[in-house]
Amino acid sequence: MIIEWGHFALVLAFLLALCQTVFPLWGAARNRPAWMAVAVPAAWGQLLFLALSYGVLTYAFVSHDFSVLYVAQNSNSTLPLIYRLTGVWGGHEGSILLWVLILSGWTVAVAASARQLPTAYAARVIGVMGAISVGFLAFILFTSNPFVRQFPVPVDGQDLNPLLQDPGMVIHPPMLYMGYVGFSVAFALAVAALLGGRLDATWARWSRPWTTAAWMFLTVGIALGSHWAYYELGWGGWWFWDPVENASFMPWLTGTALIHSLAVTEKRDGFKAWSVLLALTTFSLSLLGTFLVRSGVLTSVHAFATDPGRGLFILVFLTLVVGGSLMLYAWRAPRVRSLITFAPLSRESLLLANNVLLVVAAAAVLLGTLYPLAVDALGLGKLSVGPPYFNTVFVPLMLPLIVLMGLGPLVAWRQGRGGELARVALRIGLPALGLALLCLVVFGLGWRRYLLAVSLWLAFWTLGFSLYGIGQRLGRRGFSPRAWAQLPRGFYGMHLAHAGIALFMIGAGVVSALEAERVVRLAPGESTELAGYAFRLESVYPITGPNYTAEEALIVVSRAGREVARLTPQKRLYTVRRQAMTQTAFDAGMTRDLFAALGDPLPGGAWSVRVHYKPMVRWIWMGTALMALGGLLAITDRRYRLATARVRSTPMKGAVGA
Amino acid sequence: MRVLIAGMAWLLCGTALAIAPRSFEDPAQQRQFEALLPELRCLVCQNETLADSEAPLAEDLRREVAEMVRAGHGSADIKDFLVARYGDFVLYRPTVKPLTYALWFGPFALLLLGSGIWLALTRRNRRAGLGSPRLSEAEHQRARALLDGERGPNAP
Amino acid sequence: MMRFLLPLGAFLLLVALLYVGLGLNPREVPSPLVGRPAPAFVLPTLADPERRISEQDLAVAPVTLLNVWASWCAACVEEHPVLSAWVKRRGLPLVGLNYKDDSEQARAWLARFGNPFRDIAVDRDGRVGIDWGVYGVPETFVIDRAGIIRYKHIGPLTPQVIVEKLDPLIDALQQAGGAP
Repeated sequence: MIIEWGHFALVLAFLLALCQTVFPLWGAARNRPAWMAVAVPAAWGQLLFLALSYGVLTYAFVSHDFSVLYVAQNSNSTLPLIYRLTGVWGGHEGSILLWVLILSGWTVAVAASARQLPTAYAARVIGVMGAISVGFLAFILFTSNPFVRQFPVPVDGQDLNPLLQDPGMVIHPPMLYMGYVGFSVAFALAVAALLGGRLDATWARWSRPWTTAAWMFLTVGIALGSHWAYYELGWGGWWFWDPVENASFMPWLTGTALIHSLAVTEKRDGFKAWSVLLALTTFSLSLLGTFLVRSGVLTSVHAFATDPGRGLFILVFLTLVVGGSLMLYAWRAPRVRSLITFAPLSRESLLLANNVLLVVAAAAVLLGTLYPLAVDALGLGKLSVGPPYFNTVFVPLMLPLIVLMGLGPLVAWRQGRGGELARVALRIGLPALGLALLCLVVFGLGWRRYLLAVSLWLAFWTLGFSLYGIGQRLGRRGFSPRAWAQLPRGFYGMHLAHAGIALFMIGAGVVSALEAERVVRLAPGESTELAGYAFRLESVYPITGPNYTAEEALIVVSRAGREVARLTPQKRLYTVRRQAMTQTAFDAGMTRDLFAALGDPLPGGAWSVRVHYKPMVRWIWMGTALMALGGLLAITDRRYRLATARVRSTPMKGAVGA
Repeated sequence: MRVLIAGMAWLLCGTALAIAPRSFEDPAQQRQFEALLPELRCLVCQNETLADSEAPLAEDLRREVAEMVRAGHGSADIKDFLVARYGDFVLYRPTVKPLTYALWFGPFALLLLGSGIWLALTRRNRRAGLGSPRLSEAEHQRARALLDGERGPNAP
Repeated sequence: MMRFLLPLGAFLLLVALLYVGLGLNPREVPSPLVGRPAPAFVLPTLADPERRISEQDLAVAPVTLLNVWASWCAACVEEHPVLSAWVKRRGLPLVGLNYKDDSEQARAWLARFGNPFRDIAVDRDGRVGIDWGVYGVPETFVIDRAGIIRYKHIGPLTPQVIVEKLDPLIDALQQAGGAP
């Protein structure tokens, strides 16, 4: 019976979402305060019932209720509790419910801070978010209901996909959804501003923290996905340009452009049309990603159970939301745009170049991802576009961007000082280049590693400029702790995020250039050598886990005779799904990772063993962690809290209603 | 029309590593082989390269490729061999031909377009006239008073 | 004004593409061999390992079918009654390609489910399969009198495919190549 209550809660949430959409939007159009006041309570109500509904589904998982079809498909009596809790989002229906629950959470967060916004504007924002909820809840109720029951009740479930039974899986989807859905706030803020016909620096200031927060979560989500793929899938790869990876990367790219564009809109009241369009585009790309994963249009390792009927529903929804917002943009943007003046060398022009490069990069990724589909749709055959294409196209686009990233913070608004900039650039750029080449020499890597040299050079360039920028600001006030504390957090956040990119480049550059792997035949007692490390297979023995049996190998790794690590890779057989899976073992280190994976048994008691050497690979995720941390710092900047307080106290011209 | 790949081999994709060890006498051939495999797509586990896929067909194709490498065939020949049998689908790096001009040159064209937009927007400013307006002494005083009294949102 | 409509225009094109995409199958890999001569091979037969069969044995009738199958293939069991009934009804020569199979198990499978094949070539290690672009079992090829591959069907045969695609093609080939 409780399952039906969960279903009913979902229906109630849907009805509340409808109220949350219709009344505030109509009320804002017709200036009816009573109707606009529906927004906040409706948002809270929707969250309450969605939380109830989600809780019921979780309860069904935890209590092994296999009469619920979704639970039977994704759980099992031997599944450990933690994976029963997280398996709720392991399949299509549950993950979409999580999506809409998170959307409701963000809506309530906006509603809670709505007092700082003008009434009609706040009503519109919540109304727009409600419209998105309505779409997704309709999708759930009509095509993807997690509460569907089945009779007769099966004795046991089909178990959660073994690939998902992992700590990384626990947190990667929720973080991703926090990011995807978070951008709906920026979207709603933009649409509401267009509806109201007013787009100014205040709008940018409200948008910035929300946008940065969403960006931060998306960064973490993508990084977690990359890290999980790296250690779980056993190939040692950390980015495959898989269609669904691309689907998460595109909104990240445009979201980054949005953050930077909003800076110009806030500081100089410019780039308004750009910022609005980027806000619309970023969330549209989030929705597009949702479509790509669940429609069966592209093959992907991430694809959920695909169904063209569901795909059509999402496509129609996508068309309405994105098409509607772009029509609104075409209609209203000419009115709200502004023309600011700035010199060819200025903060604005560099940020504009930044925007252009990021948008072109996102477009290139979109092109590569959808090209096979386009060619097939036109009946011109079937081709594949994979990592070789993306790496060839994407990396050259990013390099000038990194150069700008270093220079940008140092260039003044409106008119930069070219001579001084050139001097600083030489003073930082040349030593950076020297340091990069020095690294190549010191580590015996050879002169021919061009891409590695460029990666290192640009990383040092970025770090150098960040240090210089911080030093320059402090220099005016002295270097006391108080002076450090007085600099705004947003400033530190920016440099931290940029430094994160530098670390990422070091990691990615080194690992791409210098990684090594080998597949060998090893009998117990035999060893192989890779990158100066000796991997010796000691023995292979059977073990048993909670819902699997496995063969485990003990591999001892040593360097120059001294033991460095003991690796225990496993080859598991999950008993319920009868699915074999490799559990890789690795020794993580700041300067290198050592990997081992167990393949198939070979004649003569030997085994096929795959070993990897991955230098500096951890720096990739250290870099992304710094980026996210930078974002977090930026959100907590006092200026946002002060500024919004000021908005409340001083009447802003024309900011109310209209 | 939904295609059923019988044997359900694709259900195993991405889960187990059943790659046979392979070695070459000539290190150059070893390098050629290792560089070639990541460029080829597995037809069963369609999200994996021939280097990583453990599908039986992938193992067969690796054997074919290895034999051709040992026989001294160049990478282009080997790719042609596979394309003749499986079509362009098997290449992760699309060949540059009229069908893929838009793919390979598109990003560059977009970059040119973007640069053009950038130039147009920054040039427009030059014609519009630049330079901060000059303030009179009284206006300067007033500005100073305002700035000192109230740290506005545009403060650096 | 026009340029503000550009994003909408681009988006609508994208939607059109995605809509068409919903009806396509991204996993299906069409064969580049259609319209080309059947790849050459020489293989032993299942019935008599001393006897050899080659691609020339496929170019004798106006239409010959080549069906790739194996005893370990679940969908082949599903396809078998449909295939058998159809070739019997139309009197079509059917040659089998036993792909990466154990011959004993293959014979047992035929004994259990019936043998509609005129001949069966044994491709033990899958090399001939690679030459024919086989990537999933079962697959069915239609070859004409000149030895040219005219059609390839991937996956198990269904009555719908037979009625919609194969029967019309075979009718046309038989008319062109003389009576069966």
